[in-house]
Amino acid sequence: MNTSLTESSTASLAQTPEDISKRRFFEKLSIALIGLCSAIVGVPLVGFIVAPFFRKPPENWVTIGKSNEFQIGKTVAVTVTDPSPLPWAGVTAKSGVWLRRVSEDSFIAFSANCTHLGCPVRWLEGADLFMCPCHGGVYYRDGKVAAGPPPLPLFRYDVRVADGEVQMKQAIVPISTTL
Amino acid sequence: MIKIFKTIWKWLDDRLGISVLISPALHIAPQDAKWWYVFGSATLCAFIIQVASGVALAFSYIPSSSQAYETLQFITNVAPFGRFLRGLHYYGASAMVLMIGAHMAQTFLFGAYKFPREMTWTTGICLLAFTLGMGFTGQLLRWDSTAAWSVVVAAEQAGRVPLIGNWLAQIILGGTSIGGATLSRFFAIHVFVLPGIMFAFIGLHLWLVMRHGISEPPVAGKPVDPATYRAEYEELLKKSGKPFWPDLAWRDVVVTTGLVIAIALAAFFVGPPALDRPPDPSILAADPRPDWYLLWYFGLLSLIPERIEGYVMIGFPILIGLCLLFVPIWNHKGERAASRRPWAIASVCLAVIMIGALWWEGQHSPWSPNFEAQPLTEKVVGATTGSVFEGGRLFHDKGCLNCHLIQGNGGRRGPELTYIADKLTRDNLVIRIVNGGTNMPAYGPSLKPGELDALVAFLETRKRPFPTGAQTNNAASSVSATMK
Repeated sequence: MNTSLTESSTASLAQTPEDISKRRFFEKLSIALIGLCSAIVGVPLVGFIVAPFFRKPPENWVTIGKSNEFQIGKTVAVTVTDPSPLPWAGVTAKSGVWLRRVSEDSFIAFSANCTHLGCPVRWLEGADLFMCPCHGGVYYRDGKVAAGPPPLPLFRYDVRVADGEVQMKQAIVPISTTL
Repeated sequence: MIKIFKTIWKWLDDRLGISVLISPALHIAPQDAKWWYVFGSATLCAFIIQVASGVALAFSYIPSSSQAYETLQFITNVAPFGRFLRGLHYYGASAMVLMIGAHMAQTFLFGAYKFPREMTWTTGICLLAFTLGMGFTGQLLRWDSTAAWSVVVAAEQAGRVPLIGNWLAQIILGGTSIGGATLSRFFAIHVFVLPGIMFAFIGLHLWLVMRHGISEPPVAGKPVDPATYRAEYEELLKKSGKPFWPDLAWRDVVVTTGLVIAIALAAFFVGPPALDRPPDPSILAADPRPDWYLLWYFGLLSLIPERIEGYVMIGFPILIGLCLLFVPIWNHKGERAASRRPWAIASVCLAVIMIGALWWEGQHSPWSPNFEAQPLTEKVVGATTGSVFEGGRLFHDKGCLNCHLIQGNGGRRGPELTYIADKLTRDNLVIRIVNGGTNMPAYGPSLKPGELDALVAFLETRKRPFPTGAQTNNAASSVSATMK
């Protein structure tokens, strides 16, 4: 039925140059208006989705704990909480970081992400090594690669001691962009 | 009464066009399209199960990073039929992946991708990609520790893409780290974006099946000639074609019924995959693994040489995708019968063996350290005091046991050391332990005085037990071999 309607409509179309010109105009007008409507809806839509990726991550200093809580020469897991998470972030606002107290006033905060594929590395106290459960990447206590597939040493976050508190820059997931 | 119903039906049919809508089901198809042709319908059936069970789950699932885990626990443990529905959704996904694989293999072996069905194949390949995308995003919606860390792994993989890697990683994470934005994005992709695209592609795929017809089973010695194929196909349908419904479709119904029953039985008796710990990124004792349908890829990335890993990570899926998409472009005519296309049989066999072997490796992950390794017993160590005993203890404490196997205990990442003393001398053992190797850290700097001696003393006792009488001879030949 639809086909016959279309055919009969097409057959009865006037073919004068004026009609053709008018039809072309309507065609262009319609396409332009559809484009306009798409832009009105599409630009804010795409902007809403991609804008967060162009936002510079905040560089807040986060307090990890009192410096006297950490023993020299020890590496421990500490939990860092995003100071300004989305209200519904829940436990995902937390991050795990390996903190090593090197000396009285020197700390290293290692990202827990293996530089191979991001799995959480574990600290083996007795072995003095970090080891990754996914593909067996191993790092020495200073974060340098000891064995396995990691292409880079463990990522280090900025750490400082202020007013007796150990603070570090907000934990982000370091992306190893090496091919 | 019947007259009234007929009148109502006629009115509805006229206004709604129901007959026109269902007429494709009555199209004429080759009568020999029998049991090999059921996999497409089975895939569609699995997709429908996914849509239905997914909609039902969405009634209780909250796509919030803070609440999704709790709602999953509620669905699994409290909600009536919740455990069953989660199982249905999980095994439905598994069935869909299996059926789409079988459908693809059958289409390839029957040469059904050739003229004029090239685009039917191409849309099918796109649907395969979307299905795997659904599988991956679906695993992440099981918002537990494994899911959260899997997002990180996916972001790290995306980060290897040149130029835009960092940006892609941020898209996956929903920012610079796991957080509130991560889950809701995957939820939108899994529930709206991908299914929407899939509906469109399934519609297009089915339209193309209608347009070009169901391919007839191939006959050896009867190649596809684009110049004559359509006329020959029309002739075949006129001569021996049968309406798809119900003459051919009953087999599809039988198989899909079996599939539905199998999925339901698995959902009921086996249940959905257990939830891991909460998605708390500060819990570092996590060991992310993909679901089974991507486990083979995990295996592949683990086994290839590290220097080409990044290229394989990015290039392999693209290469496979392009190969599959372009198969009908460079091979659109000629023989369809598998018996005349041995390379086709070889390709499918190779793919199945490769995926199967990599899946097996991925399942066992011998490259992963064993963090659950328990200290060696006195019986295994063979001493209760002294340096051998101390060495046995150190072998566990220093993490050696995470990677090396001793009499069935430990990991498999490194070589088994049960009989290492038969192969390496004391000096060799010292060199290995102190200097390490490609996959072994150098322990020299971290071992305290005496620890190296104890470890070596323990390893020197790892010898194959000799049968009585043979010991002297073997010992002599071993010394002889060492001297050589």
